[in-house]
Amino acid sequence: MFNRDRWQEILEVLTTNWFRTVLTAFGVFWGILILIILLSAGKGLENGIRADFGDIATNTMFMWTRSTTKAHMGLPIGRNFRFKVQDVATLKEKFPQLRYISPRNQLGGFGGNNNVVRGIKTGAYNVFGDYPEIIKQEPMAITSGRFLNYNDIDAKRKIAVIGLGVRNELYDKEEEVLGSYIKIQGVNFLVVGTYKKRSSNGNGEEGQKEIYVPFTAFSQAFNRGNDVGWMSITANDGYPITNMKTNIINEMKKVHKVHPEDTRAVGFFDLYQEYNRVESLFGAMSFIGYFVGVLVLLSGIIGVSNIMLIVVKERTKEIGIRRALGEDPWSIKKQILLESIFLTIISGMAGIVFGALFIYGVNALLDANGPVDMFMNPSVNLGVVTAALVILIISGLLAGFIPAQSAIKVRPIDALRTE
Amino acid sequence: MIEIKDLHKSYKMGSNSLHVLKGINFSCKEGELVAIMGSSGSGKSTLLNILGMLDEADEGEYILDGIPIKNLNETKAANYRNKFLGFIFQSFNLINYKTALENVALPLYYQKMPRKQRQEKALKYLEQVGLKEWSHHLPSELSGGQKQRVAIARAMVAEPKVLLADELTGALDSTTSYEVMDLIQKINDQGNTILVVTHEPDIAQMCKRIIHLKDGVIVKDEKVKQVRATANV
Repeated sequence: MFNRDRWQEILEVLTTNWFRTVLTAFGVFWGILILIILLSAGKGLENGIRADFGDIATNTMFMWTRSTTKAHMGLPIGRNFRFKVQDVATLKEKFPQLRYISPRNQLGGFGGNNNVVRGIKTGAYNVFGDYPEIIKQEPMAITSGRFLNYNDIDAKRKIAVIGLGVRNELYDKEEEVLGSYIKIQGVNFLVVGTYKKRSSNGNGEEGQKEIYVPFTAFSQAFNRGNDVGWMSITANDGYPITNMKTNIINEMKKVHKVHPEDTRAVGFFDLYQEYNRVESLFGAMSFIGYFVGVLVLLSGIIGVSNIMLIVVKERTKEIGIRRALGEDPWSIKKQILLESIFLTIISGMAGIVFGALFIYGVNALLDANGPVDMFMNPSVNLGVVTAALVILIISGLLAGFIPAQSAIKVRPIDALRTE
Repeated sequence: MIEIKDLHKSYKMGSNSLHVLKGINFSCKEGELVAIMGSSGSGKSTLLNILGMLDEADEGEYILDGIPIKNLNETKAANYRNKFLGFIFQSFNLINYKTALENVALPLYYQKMPRKQRQEKALKYLEQVGLKEWSHHLPSELSGGQKQRVAIARAMVAEPKVLLADELTGALDSTTSYEVMDLIQKINDQGNTILVVTHEPDIAQMCKRIIHLKDGVIVKDEKVKQVRATANV
């Protein structure tokens, strides 16, 4: 297969009609280029969206209480209830697969009134009463000082970690933040750290305008007692929270004497499900990429097949001569197949190289112009390139098969008669 | 060398069939130079095609050097053609993108002979037909006579048992024809068996034996006194 004469002949045949060869090759080139671009665009979107999720613990759900809609165990309809701090222990005991359970309380909210004062400056911020684990569920970078710890929880220290957005609004540029006090709804908190959240999605700015204080200090300062506003629950990897959430909610209903069929009483948001929905979107995108790419490639392949048929037709007489001289039919078939595979692979390679250059160019452009929402680092991995090559070889074989068959179907005597 | 018994061949032309060969019997010994003559439609080309294993007879026996030729599949036929037969065609049938040398070396390539050995041997045969200096020319750069001599070298290179020539002078002027026939006679002098299909009497006279074909049967089979082509050049 790899002897010099065969390859010499392949080159001779393909170079006799340059223009035709290039045109034919272009079909395959174009197909593989489209395939690569589609797949890399899909990957770019995927990378972008994944970056938006960042390193947020995705196997997470949020759970809060609402008023009941069913009377139960002598309790009336429309009753308001709250999760309690001890619920955390109950859940931890019942569901050992859970990794973090963070009870949370909150002040402020979207469009809230000014609730934080420092000197003559005021601002409206989200203030969270939190346990130290929250930093594992909602990652943030501590830019100065420190985050909350369990000593703060135990001692109910009135300290605060503020976002960079808060810092920029309440402090002058060179002012020292650590060790200063801010007044949250009339209660003084000592600032011990600042954070910055890595985020490029829509509420990025909002994310920097938050204040974290110890859960216990929050409860005491703002009279929450044992109440818990809502919970952030993350399960260990391998235990999808989506499968566990019904049990968790039912447990909470039992503890708080809520009717088991009361679907409104406990509200929740399943981040994992949302994340999986996005994941399946990625799957669909790469499917579409392959589907469209392969279809475009197919038309290129048909072009190759067509040209090979013409080549065989043109060379009928030559094939007749060669068979009269004693070339066995298999050798002729192999020759045609090799020509077709060679043409497909060369043009496919060109397509892959060009696609890679294109991706490189897009990346360079993205780097130069800063990050774009929902799109980042388009790329194809080695697996895709390998798959493309396999597709090429197979399609080259397919493209050559019919022409090769027709080449040896003509009897040498008829081939010799052709003028 | 060649043994043919009661050979029949007919072609189907739509609903009626055309009976081309109607029982040919003939044999030919090693070293003979036989001309097969006949007007067009007499079946001489068909006979040559059957002898050349390019076509198969409907009936009858064909034995080549003791080997019965029948029920060949394409691979086997190709193998036999390569080893036993050399073809010379009216229209030369050289492969036009290969040089003279490569054309001559083709049959050896199909025998899977190593490249170097192949080229040496091909060059030797090109030298025999007097075209050593032309070995790297393409067929388009050669004259008709030269092309035919390359074709003869190609037919000879695999050292076949029989050379089959189909109207080998049909496309050449008479001077060149005689030159080519001179070459054929010299090759025959070396002991090679050659069958020449022709309709030109002067060419036929340069062979040692003439078989006249008419309407699919042999009407005359005569030994002739060979006219040497050199005399006419």
